[in-house]
Amino acid sequence: MKVLRFILQKEFRQIFRDKTILAMMLVVPIMQLIILPLAANFEVKNINIAYVDHDHSSYSQKLRNKIASSGYFNMVGSPDSYKKGLEMIEYGTADLVLEIPSGFERNLVREGSQKVNLSVDAINGTKASLGGASLVSVLADFNRNLDINIKLPDGSAFEPPAKISVESTNWYNPKAEYKFYMVPGILVLLLTIIGGFITALNIVREKEIGTIEQINVTPIKKWQFILGKLIPFCIVGMIVFTVGFTVMYLIYGIFPKGSLLVLYLFAAVYLIALLGLGLLISTFADTQLQAMFIAFFFMMIFMLMSGFFTSIDSMPDWARTISSFTPVTHFIKVVRLIVLKGSGFADIKNEFGYLVMFAVVLNGFAIWNYRKTS
Amino acid sequence: MENKAIICKNLTKQFGDFKAVDSISFDVEQGEIFGFLGANGAGKTTAMRILCGLSFPTSGEATVAGFDVYKQQEKIKKNIGYMSQKFSLYDNLTILENIEFYGGVYGVSRPEIKTRSSELITTLGLEKEAKKLVGELPLGWKQKLAFSVAIFHRPKIVFLDEPTGGVDPVTRRQFWDMIYEASANGITVFVTTHYMDEAEYCNRISVMVDGRVEALDTPANLKNRFNTDTMDDVFYQLARGAKRASD
Amino acid sequence: MKQLLAFIRKEFYHVFRDRRTLLILFGMPIVQIILFGFALNSEVKNIGIAVLDNAHDVQSEQIIAKIQSSSYFQIKDAVLNYKDIEKRFKEGEIKCAILFPANFGSDIYKTGGAQIQVIADASDPNTATVVTNYLNMIISNYQQELNPNAKLSYQIIPEVRQLYNEEQNGSLNFIPGVIALIFMIVSTALTSVAVVREKELGTMEILLVSPFKPIMVLIAKAVPYLVLSLIDFIIILLLSVFLLNVEIRGNLILIFAESILFIITCLSLGLLISNLTSSQQTAMLVSMMGMMLPTVFFTGFMFPLENMPKIFQWISYIVPSKYYYAIIKGVMLKGLGFSYVWKETLVLAGMAMGLLFIALKNFKIRLS
Repeated sequence: MKVLRFILQKEFRQIFRDKTILAMMLVVPIMQLIILPLAANFEVKNINIAYVDHDHSSYSQKLRNKIASSGYFNMVGSPDSYKKGLEMIEYGTADLVLEIPSGFERNLVREGSQKVNLSVDAINGTKASLGGASLVSVLADFNRNLDINIKLPDGSAFEPPAKISVESTNWYNPKAEYKFYMVPGILVLLLTIIGGFITALNIVREKEIGTIEQINVTPIKKWQFILGKLIPFCIVGMIVFTVGFTVMYLIYGIFPKGSLLVLYLFAAVYLIALLGLGLLISTFADTQLQAMFIAFFFMMIFMLMSGFFTSIDSMPDWARTISSFTPVTHFIKVVRLIVLKGSGFADIKNEFGYLVMFAVVLNGFAIWNYRKTS
Repeated sequence: MENKAIICKNLTKQFGDFKAVDSISFDVEQGEIFGFLGANGAGKTTAMRILCGLSFPTSGEATVAGFDVYKQQEKIKKNIGYMSQKFSLYDNLTILENIEFYGGVYGVSRPEIKTRSSELITTLGLEKEAKKLVGELPLGWKQKLAFSVAIFHRPKIVFLDEPTGGVDPVTRRQFWDMIYEASANGITVFVTTHYMDEAEYCNRISVMVDGRVEALDTPANLKNRFNTDTMDDVFYQLARGAKRASD
Repeated sequence: MKQLLAFIRKEFYHVFRDRRTLLILFGMPIVQIILFGFALNSEVKNIGIAVLDNAHDVQSEQIIAKIQSSSYFQIKDAVLNYKDIEKRFKEGEIKCAILFPANFGSDIYKTGGAQIQVIADASDPNTATVVTNYLNMIISNYQQELNPNAKLSYQIIPEVRQLYNEEQNGSLNFIPGVIALIFMIVSTALTSVAVVREKELGTMEILLVSPFKPIMVLIAKAVPYLVLSLIDFIIILLLSVFLLNVEIRGNLILIFAESILFIITCLSLGLLISNLTSSQQTAMLVSMMGMMLPTVFFTGFMFPLENMPKIFQWISYIVPSKYYYAIIKGVMLKGLGFSYVWKETLVLAGMAMGLLFIALKNFKIRLS
């Protein structure tokens, strides 16, 4: 125990003299939390559409206005041919081209249906699918409100015999603001980057300088050494978390609906898991360069598979399995649940179990793999 | 067997086909200054790492301070001090902080640490620098400091790996004064070096060539045996057949 | 010249002997392509939904059956009451819920009709919108079926063509994005850290004392990373073509030329960073935070640039990867020729030359 105290004393002294770490604790979280949510925005708006109108009828005009005012699209042009519309896609000025054939209004009234051509720049799949779906729903809405559909020949409103209406409500984010979704996720991202890299780099740095050898020669026990690294960095991580949290509140006005205590508990366990990963990596890397790369590799996979950028539900089964094996996934889920829905500990005790397991396995592996004698 | 500081019998360390240390056998008496000489690549550092408990031997036996290198490494570590080629003090800690850390880690009590460290600082003449970061010290002082830290906890044996690399002759001489003093206080000193003049300062030396101990005796006897006045020449005669180039 | 080659060869040895880093360097693009190509997409599928059916009549069950058979939804165990729904939301099990009132079936034919309640978890606004839309669509389709004799509703039917991506491989735009990212990692981050490492270890001075001109030192250091970047590039191209069945429509030579231009930009950036930092940790921090994050966020492949506040859109103008991304997307995936991308190429070339100049000048200043 006494030895551990000496070790901790040394580690803390070193950490607070290290300007990079201090920068990371304070500057980076603030910067990231301010910049990233502004940049990370998946909302469907500003989709550029080119409208090729061969009909120039009142219906085609009405449709054009409806699309332009839908809030999803920017009407970027009315080229007079499909070819010109395609060119706009090639140049990147348009994401979609909608072509209304001539005789549109006439055919619609006479035959009851009319096809229109929609070409989508499918390279950007997100935009394409969201844009396409939005346009389809705008068209459906337009359909429904066509006079010929609503009014009977005598001018009165048409009522179908069977009628079902839907009342929809949004829970937990009534204004559907994107920041509530993104900011907690970014907080986790922050913690992940710092937690994942910091131990790995720190220990490998000692390897490169030679002070690790000096430690290996002393009677310091493995567990003392590892705790001596885990505890200070866990505290650093919690400081970062708190800074991030404060920024989240001050700038975005987001305050967790659920218990702060539970949130911090999860954060601590998550940090320990990540630091364990960093420790593990440090046992495999000989140079800081290697450590950086291995850590980056894992961080990248974790972040991508975590549900932060894309939803887990849409992943194929094998991918979802991988995702459940990454600690990030569980922590992001938990943070969103606690902050936005006020979930209590009982609701998320499964996730707690997962995180604890990760912490134990990763740290255990690291301890086992760390050799004072080679 | 009884009171020897270090005993080695047929100690071997093999990496694949390559025998870095090839079946070496020797003893070191308590309180001795034992020089472990050899060219770069001869296997000195590898052998020393085994004795310090940093590396497992492939075969053979060895005990350090009476403890077995295979099974009792932690006990060995409690009883030895070590100074590596890179001096391994923390550059971003002060002198006092470095001393405090290593002292505490070896189990020296806090009051003792206080007393001994002020003695140490006075002896080394570092009063004004005590609160400075080690990284700011010139090389010679770092070296002397590293040695002092290595023996701070009064170990039975201290291992020094090429401790005088890169310093001027005056500082080297001062360093050896410190080694003499430690030895006079009963600490066994096991030092590797490739400075042949330093070999003269040792009680006994061994010369490693290509992983084997080719000679083991006092400097005087060796000079007699090889018919020369300088250790340089002794070494040259032993090592010129060496097949291994430097590390 | 011979000397320079010898020097370059030594640098190659350094780089290629570091097996672990190489493993990651080649593994990374492979993993990214696989993930982006197969696992990550922004479709909405398998959304957990809870059903509270107070009616248990033919109609409600028909609707539930429709939901069941749709791939968009995955019905979790039936809930018994409102509180249950809350709990499921809090556990993260469901993202939406649908509630049928008692007497649903009979209410349909009364005046005013029947009402279904849909609750969406709006913590993810996009999913909430899509989910609500889907449910609305299923229900309105069902309503249609119930009114077979009603006047035919006039329909505008869109025929959708997916351009450049008939296979509908999720998003292809990630491929140029991944390429840009890898170049950034290898040519900027890796180079800067490796050069700073030599500074830290002291071996840089030895090089500078040699008869080589300092510029030669920098070039020799940069060349292996140039090669590594190109190897990674080829790997990505091969994977895209053979694993993802992507068609490379544009001129390969143009693609390579533009890529080399971008790599030079990244290398200059890396060298500049290595000039300005003195420890590996700092170099890494600057490369990662300072370069990588902007690349991911301001290039436009992860998040649409148009959605960002104006300031960020301006910032993106000085991020080189934005231009490279636009060029590669156009040439590789759309098959455009040089005439479409000459503007971006000019900007990129300007950036490359500029950065190179600054890096070299800075290097010289450091020496004196």
